[in-house]
Amino acid sequence: MTRFGRWIGSHLVLFVAFGVLLYLFAPIFVVVLMSFNEPKSRLAYQFDGFTLDNWLHPCQPFGLCESVSTSLRVGLLATAVATVLGTLMAFAMVRHRYRGRSASNLFIFLPMASPEIVLGASLLALFVSAGAGGQLGFWTIFIAHVMFCLSFVVVTVKARLSGMDLRLEQAAMDLYANEWQTFWRITFPQVFPGILAAALLSFSLSFDDFIITNLNAGRTVTFPMYVWGSAQRDIPPQINVIGTAMFLLAVLLVLGAELARRRRRVRA
Amino acid sequence: MSALSHLGGAPPAAGPPAAAEPERRTGRRRLTAYLLLLPGGLWLVLFFVVPLVTLLSASLYDPSGSVETGYTVTWHWQNYVDALRDYARPFGRSFVYALVATAICLLLGYPLAYAIAFKAGRWKNLMLALVIAPFFTSFLIRTLSWKLLLGDNGFVVDVLQALRILGPDGRLLATTAAVVTGLTYNFLPFMVLPLYASLERIDHRLIEAGGDLFAGPFTTFRTVTLPLSMPGVVAGTLLTFIPAAGDYINAQLLGTPKQRMIGNDIQSLFAAGVYPTAAALSVTLMAAIVVLVLFYVRRTGTEDLV
Repeated sequence: MTRFGRWIGSHLVLFVAFGVLLYLFAPIFVVVLMSFNEPKSRLAYQFDGFTLDNWLHPCQPFGLCESVSTSLRVGLLATAVATVLGTLMAFAMVRHRYRGRSASNLFIFLPMASPEIVLGASLLALFVSAGAGGQLGFWTIFIAHVMFCLSFVVVTVKARLSGMDLRLEQAAMDLYANEWQTFWRITFPQVFPGILAAALLSFSLSFDDFIITNLNAGRTVTFPMYVWGSAQRDIPPQINVIGTAMFLLAVLLVLGAELARRRRRVRA
Repeated sequence: MSALSHLGGAPPAAGPPAAAEPERRTGRRRLTAYLLLLPGGLWLVLFFVVPLVTLLSASLYDPSGSVETGYTVTWHWQNYVDALRDYARPFGRSFVYALVATAICLLLGYPLAYAIAFKAGRWKNLMLALVIAPFFTSFLIRTLSWKLLLGDNGFVVDVLQALRILGPDGRLLATTAAVVTGLTYNFLPFMVLPLYASLERIDHRLIEAGGDLFAGPFTTFRTVTLPLSMPGVVAGTLLTFIPAAGDYINAQLLGTPKQRMIGNDIQSLFAAGVYPTAAALSVTLMAAIVVLVLFYVRRTGTEDLV
């Protein structure tokens, strides 16, 4: 093989990887571009001209910002509850021996392995048969979101917990810390990044969920439901403003975390 | 018993009380475990298990009922026969589309995961972040963007027409290709992340040993790297296939009624209040997936997914 051929060979996988990343990002470029769009016709979804209006008046389309606020409220509440319940479960599953331990592992995995449409449909069947078919709304969405976020929280926190060095806790106990002190001074700070990651994951799952929510929302409209509704008629460019803003926020969070990590490493 | 509770236990002392002490502590710790599991477990029982049972019973309702007049369970198994007869095609379509999308995800996702695990060096974290980043723009919005990208005047169609892959009147939007592209796109990260996790765990010395034993890069990959990454392949294909088979958003936004998947039908039947048929279809979908997953996991021999 020639030298050039070998270079291509050893870097081929990198080229393919960049191509795939480009594929992952192609729609993001469109979302950012369309957030500056000035639509001429309500029929065609295409880029017609540049404007800043959408960014200056994101709440202009009727109901858009209400739906974002509903999604934020559901997301924060469901994340808080799912993170607490899931963390407790993860502690029990990693740190304790009890009858039915492997069964509980399988039980946690099941909701993640069920198609969303089945999860949503079965919850709807429950609500309707319990006579709550007329009360679908914020609280039924909340119940559904906690349910499907829980497993993801348990799995994420469990991964962090089982990778932990138990000798640190033993050392604390040797130095006469009681169980309570050991937990808050040693265990919790070590698990915290895992809990934080679980909370972030669960918020993004909740904020983005459509299939389950759509079946159990009644008249309440979350942000994905608003997007869905507008996709049937015309798509206001402000939707892309919200999409871009969410993306930027996430990128800033990730960059911030990375910078903090590097700074800590330099100091250490 | 964990090391923590050993250390937290009472100091060892002679005599019968000491023998009774660990026994009592074990009992208390077991109780603690159940208390920790209780709230979350209860939530899952009430809002995951009970609903599934309700769904099962809803699939056996007398189909002559309606939302207004109420339904009664009459063990009407005929619902399943009717549902399968009327919806065999969207069912078949869902499984074929999901299978094709999963295969493409594996072909695209493996090189990406491999590059992140072995070639990225100090850019590893950044590349991982890039894989997850698109998640944060709502996936409905991203699917709508594909509508624009694949549109008749869009960039992709122009290129494919210039290359004569697509005829001058050829189109992508509202075709099977568009729906599969969308499915592939939406679930690709679910393939990449478990693949990366299992590749990352591989001991590099094993791969070097392959080279030392005069295996070419391809042989080393086929006999060392690929088999060791099988848990990731299994987890990734499942995490891609299951949501793809139940999805209806891509078919709705990028396809036409000709590309309708089973999710579309379940959703619209529920919206129309035709519960027995919708429930029978949902139960069938769930059962089919469970059977496929068990069969697949047995065949590939990786039982510990979690």
